[in-house]
Amino acid sequence: MADRPETSAAPKSNKPALQLHVPEPRYRPGDEVDYSHLEIPEAGTQPRPDETSDPKDMLDFAYGLVRVLGEDNKAHGAWDPKLDADTLRTMLRNMAMVRAFDDRMFRGQRQGKTSFYMKCTGEEATSVASSMALASDDMVFPSYRQQGILIARGYPIVDMINQIYSNKGDKLKGRQLPIMYSSREHSFFSISGNLATQTPQAVGWAMASAIKGDSRIAATWVGEGSTAEGDFHSACTFATVYNAPVILNVINNQWAISSFSGFAGAERTTFAARALGYGLAGLRVDGNDALACYAAQQWAANRARANAGPTLIEYFTYRAEGHSTSDDPTGYRSAQEREEWPLGDPVMRLKNHLIELGEWDEDRQSAMDLECAELVKAATKEAEKNGILGHGMHHPFHTMFEDVYEELPWNLEEQAEQAIRERQVKWPKGGPGA
Amino acid sequence: MSIDVKDQATGDTGTERRLNMIEAINDALDIMLERDNDVIVMGEDVGYFGGVFRCTAGLQEKHGKTRVFDTPISECGIIGVAVGMGAYGLRPVPEIQFADYIYPGLDQLISEAARLRYRSANDYIAPMTVRSPFGGGIFGGQTHSQSPEAIFAHVAGLKTVIPATPYDAKGLLISAIEDNDPVIFFEPKRIYNGPFSGYYDKPVEPWKKHKDSVVPEGYYKVPLGKARHVTEGEALTVLAYGTMVHVAEAVCEAKGIDADILDLRTIVPLDIEAIEASVEKTGRCLIVHEATRTAGFGAELSALVTERCFYNLEAPVERVTGFDTPYPHSLEWAYFPGPVRIGEAIDKILKD
Repeated sequence: MADRPETSAAPKSNKPALQLHVPEPRYRPGDEVDYSHLEIPEAGTQPRPDETSDPKDMLDFAYGLVRVLGEDNKAHGAWDPKLDADTLRTMLRNMAMVRAFDDRMFRGQRQGKTSFYMKCTGEEATSVASSMALASDDMVFPSYRQQGILIARGYPIVDMINQIYSNKGDKLKGRQLPIMYSSREHSFFSISGNLATQTPQAVGWAMASAIKGDSRIAATWVGEGSTAEGDFHSACTFATVYNAPVILNVINNQWAISSFSGFAGAERTTFAARALGYGLAGLRVDGNDALACYAAQQWAANRARANAGPTLIEYFTYRAEGHSTSDDPTGYRSAQEREEWPLGDPVMRLKNHLIELGEWDEDRQSAMDLECAELVKAATKEAEKNGILGHGMHHPFHTMFEDVYEELPWNLEEQAEQAIRERQVKWPKGGPGA
Repeated sequence: MSIDVKDQATGDTGTERRLNMIEAINDALDIMLERDNDVIVMGEDVGYFGGVFRCTAGLQEKHGKTRVFDTPISECGIIGVAVGMGAYGLRPVPEIQFADYIYPGLDQLISEAARLRYRSANDYIAPMTVRSPFGGGIFGGQTHSQSPEAIFAHVAGLKTVIPATPYDAKGLLISAIEDNDPVIFFEPKRIYNGPFSGYYDKPVEPWKKHKDSVVPEGYYKVPLGKARHVTEGEALTVLAYGTMVHVAEAVCEAKGIDADILDLRTIVPLDIEAIEASVEKTGRCLIVHEATRTAGFGAELSALVTERCFYNLEAPVERVTGFDTPYPHSLEWAYFPGPVRIGEAIDKILKD
């Protein structure tokens, strides 16, 4: 090796030694949790700017917190979307359905019916309420924790479970990891699993819609941790350069597996403030407040439809459960965090608001929760008729080779023949698990 | 831009239109922008300026700023938005200014564009044609000379096309744009302006003297996955693509070798039938590419020929390639797999 300058642990001059800062979360397992450092404004105190506002005039919104539902369970202030009671009940039911679905699928994974599952407990409002503010044909580019969008858009629960089980009813032919749904019919883009790749894709879709003079807009969801990916920077740059009709939703649930939001820069600034450097409109929103989530998305959608520009929205929320069924958060964070989270639970807050309005009661809530659980249970039984992972009821072998290209090239034809030949030897009864 | 010539060698009447590779590519883009409103062209410097190699010259003026436009310097962004545009229903034709710059876009190509059809079970597709100048021989140094085709050939779901003549460049590009799978379209920049014999110290021959510079007006296609016979012969098979087709042809001609030269045109999909038929006929096979040797596409070709034509072979398959180094600047012509390296390999194959 060529001669290199010597490196030494000890500084040789009297200049101050440089120090590397490695972020550390406030609380680790067993620690007492105190969230008094968080600045949480009272609901209703934030003004609502015009949708065509210049991002330069919106700096406060990137650092503040838009909140509608107060401690008194009433809706407050200019951001109140003033939804009718039926819409609020639909929103509540969608969120309850997501929760019932998550509970059942999590158990299904523990029972060995599939390999993997991811819950969105505590974050239901960020997908359900925000997607309800979009038109049903606005295109969404979600990450892996937005099952609430599919449920809000009426995608059949049994199809979701077929996908999770990778069974012969799976519309994705058993090719994708569980929960990586796709539904063109529901304007729901195929979920990748590689992080933040969907963000420039959403911008590209929005650019295409603008090129064509269409009226549909695009929205994407990304976790705060993966805003560190270059793709997100590309998305923000292209969005602002072409004034694309797109909404960039950042779900700040505080944790990216075991890495707290500080590893994406949260010790220094907010995620909504990322918008400022790009000249995007930036909003920071109480992500556990379904009405604030709806109102922010509606504001951004109006802005996009008026060709007034893209918006970056940070939803400040908390990942109440592990990252996935493969994760154990007791190994890296204090269990008290969930209990002490100062923004409460999104389902309870919306329920209490409806009760406060005189449009709901505890009995109806219990009946609805039971109904959701029963519906999911019935859908699970229905899906299990198509098989569970590893139990033989999968798509035919040849489908493994299809859709790599529009047409099968010679090498895939040859390999398909080989797979089918191997099958006779490996599984004389038919296939894996049979 | 067409060159109306009266070619004395062919006795042509002057109705034939002769184009160089750049003009042929420009013509294909122009035709597809005209025929299909869903085609858009984007990339760094491709708009008003018309591209650093002029391949998109005049297209913005003719087709408008929302059909042909400049992009930020972000290959990840260019490919990423192209995936979204494809999902919408457009047929984006992004340009990556040099193949050497494509790497920031690799995740969007490999994990997204290439797999979208598969992972969504045909729900969404990514019909894009990524054009990019590639290869050396222009004193581009190590960041303007690479031939990364093997990286893309290795990725299931991508097609990789490399034209060697103006006629093919136009017809293959039209096929690529109409293809419903993502296509990497590498343009050998050494032969943009004229075919290259490999003798770097000889003057550049313009395309207009080459028979394959006759490029018809209007729409035509050259299918992906069909190799082209450059010369037919009995002594040995030469498998090549891009610039190296011309170098190999010049060497065989100079040495008086009765070679069966195949221009592969597309390495994925690969015309395996043409390769097998040729090697069965000649029993000897030389593979030539400019890219580095180890795990280059020549390794795949060599394996295929050995596996499928072993009992026809009368000599080991030989590869002539670039060296396993970055593309050097001052020693470019020492690196380039030119006539000496090819000639030596031919002698070795024909020895017994």
